[in-house]
Amino acid sequence: MLLEVKGLTTVFHMKEGAVRAVQNASFQAGKGEVLAIVGESGSGKSVTSLSIMGLVGEQGTVESGRILYKGEDLLKASKKRMQQLRGNEISMIFQEPMTSLNPVHSIRKQLVEAITTHKNATKQEAEEHALEMLDFVGIPSPKARMGNYPHEMSGGMRQRVMIAMALSCDPQLLIADEPTTALDVTIQAQIMDLLHGLKERLGMGMILITHDLGIVAETADRVAVMYCGRIVEEAPVKELFEEPLHPYTRGLIASIPRLDVSVKRLPVIRGMVPDPTLVPKGCSFSDRCDYCEDKCKRDVPGLASVSPTRKVRCFQRAGILEEKDEKDEKGGAACQN
Amino acid sequence: MPELAPLVQVKSLSKSFVLERSWGGKPTSVLKAVDNISFSVAKGEVFGLVGESGCGKTTIGKLICGMFSPDSGQILYDGRDITHLNQKERRSLCTEIQFIFQDPYSSLNPRMTVWQTLSEPIAINGLLPKSEIGKRVDKLLDCVGLASYTKSRYPHEFSGGQRQRIGIARALALNPKFIVCDEPVSALDVSIQAQVLNLLADLKDEFGLTYIFIAHGLNVIKHLSDRVAVMYLGKIMETAPKEGLSNPINPYTKALMSAIPIPDPNRKRERILLSGDVPSPINPGPGCRFASRCFAASPECSLSEPPAQEYEKGHFASCFNAAPAN
Repeated sequence: MLLEVKGLTTVFHMKEGAVRAVQNASFQAGKGEVLAIVGESGSGKSVTSLSIMGLVGEQGTVESGRILYKGEDLLKASKKRMQQLRGNEISMIFQEPMTSLNPVHSIRKQLVEAITTHKNATKQEAEEHALEMLDFVGIPSPKARMGNYPHEMSGGMRQRVMIAMALSCDPQLLIADEPTTALDVTIQAQIMDLLHGLKERLGMGMILITHDLGIVAETADRVAVMYCGRIVEEAPVKELFEEPLHPYTRGLIASIPRLDVSVKRLPVIRGMVPDPTLVPKGCSFSDRCDYCEDKCKRDVPGLASVSPTRKVRCFQRAGILEEKDEKDEKGGAACQN
Repeated sequence: MPELAPLVQVKSLSKSFVLERSWGGKPTSVLKAVDNISFSVAKGEVFGLVGESGCGKTTIGKLICGMFSPDSGQILYDGRDITHLNQKERRSLCTEIQFIFQDPYSSLNPRMTVWQTLSEPIAINGLLPKSEIGKRVDKLLDCVGLASYTKSRYPHEFSGGQRQRIGIARALALNPKFIVCDEPVSALDVSIQAQVLNLLADLKDEFGLTYIFIAHGLNVIKHLSDRVAVMYLGKIMETAPKEGLSNPINPYTKALMSAIPIPDPNRKRERILLSGDVPSPINPGPGCRFASRCFAASPECSLSEPPAQEYEKGHFASCFNAAPAN
């Protein structure tokens, strides 16, 4: 296994008290596999990826857990070792390519710097490699583009530069944090196609962080759904969409307007994502759930395996499985709040 | 669909923004945001405008609401020309036409409580005597699903979805007949999006509203609209009733449709990938705007603009190379 995260808990200390942005998250990412982490804003998906990279910042601390990269615990690694790993072994691309590229340096300078810091290369060699990389990610006339500054490029082009930079040292694992959220749909299709092709060609593992279930369905192999800092469901992509087990996943998939299906009214999840300091005590989804029972409000359900490939964090999952055809009846009887 | 009297008619509307001028004051760099666009919206209809960033969809909404004044063309509301109005006439039109903004964070005044935000337009327009405004505000909050005790709060005390509900309540405050919804759900989380879309649909039925619904997501547009216009760089490429969208004619519409990811891993589609970026809308050349990225482009496409042709009833598209109308 390329990356194994076990019981990761990341806490932010704020004025209002400690906020557990990620709670007891465990997952694995294999070589040549795309693991998608899906969730809405505040679900902890980005903090998870920053924890892996060791970039949580000063207010946050990784309280417990282990992050094993090829068996080496990244949480125990020295600063120097982490610097070696970042870029060389694990790379990351961010949501907004405008803010993650340096606006006062040319593309050439930024790419060459990334390559010379991580690889034993002369400036000449680094420049040649940078050109190759720009060509590789499909930037037209890369030679002319090398002298450009980020503001001279479109959003899609900047994201391609980010990808070129992230891949310039042949990482084994790529973390893509909402790589297309800031882009137009036709450009999004181009970038997702590029990432998919690169993954196939380089055989690297990929963790795709997104809120868009459409993108998940089209690119991921396995999916972890996060809600309020916890992974609530993990499954292979086909099984997840064919039969979502957790009520949150169910609601989320049903509430997307689709091009191929017309409905008069969209099914909704009632209420809203709670404030991170006011998450319900038991199951964090209990106040929005149609299947909620007393037990759900008291205790936090564990992430239980329901089949060799699937895990779900819900007391009611068995009920849902058996009575999925009579779910209205069950939902009406169980929910008394 | 039965023929209904048009509530809003837009005729050959154009708006350009001058970015640079020469020393003599002659414009040297012009952005054509909206270029010779015509359409009409029937009473009780939801007309969707869809396109990528920079296609001019928001500019059209703002032109109709009088936030910009057009270079040429005409806007008719209920048969009356509202293209050039003075301030007083424009203000009285507020009770007819309203606007819902994209960003619920920047479109509410942070120093005004919900009560102030909602009661001010009613008081200014003298719609109700002072004693009845309170009841009206409570009713508005109830319509959009907020509790009436929240009216003493400030915008920062609400979540994004709740703020968008306040924005919708403000648009409803003056009992308008026509609302321009400019990307009302694109800043919201997935589970909240569905709630707001349902709310907009309910309000339309309850108050008999007419919407222009602007969005960049074809799936959202298709869900709510009766008729859809697809825009690209200031031009309408295709206008179709909702059902006609599943049979797109213009190559751009086809590409846009295939670029929307469908949340179903079992549906593998032939994807049309466009090459390159959306070109700059500054000083466009003659010919079809989409020619530089089009997979069906022929030499004539870059010479002259294709006219709109009717392919099926109510389904118009502008393209030289689309299959001929039968």
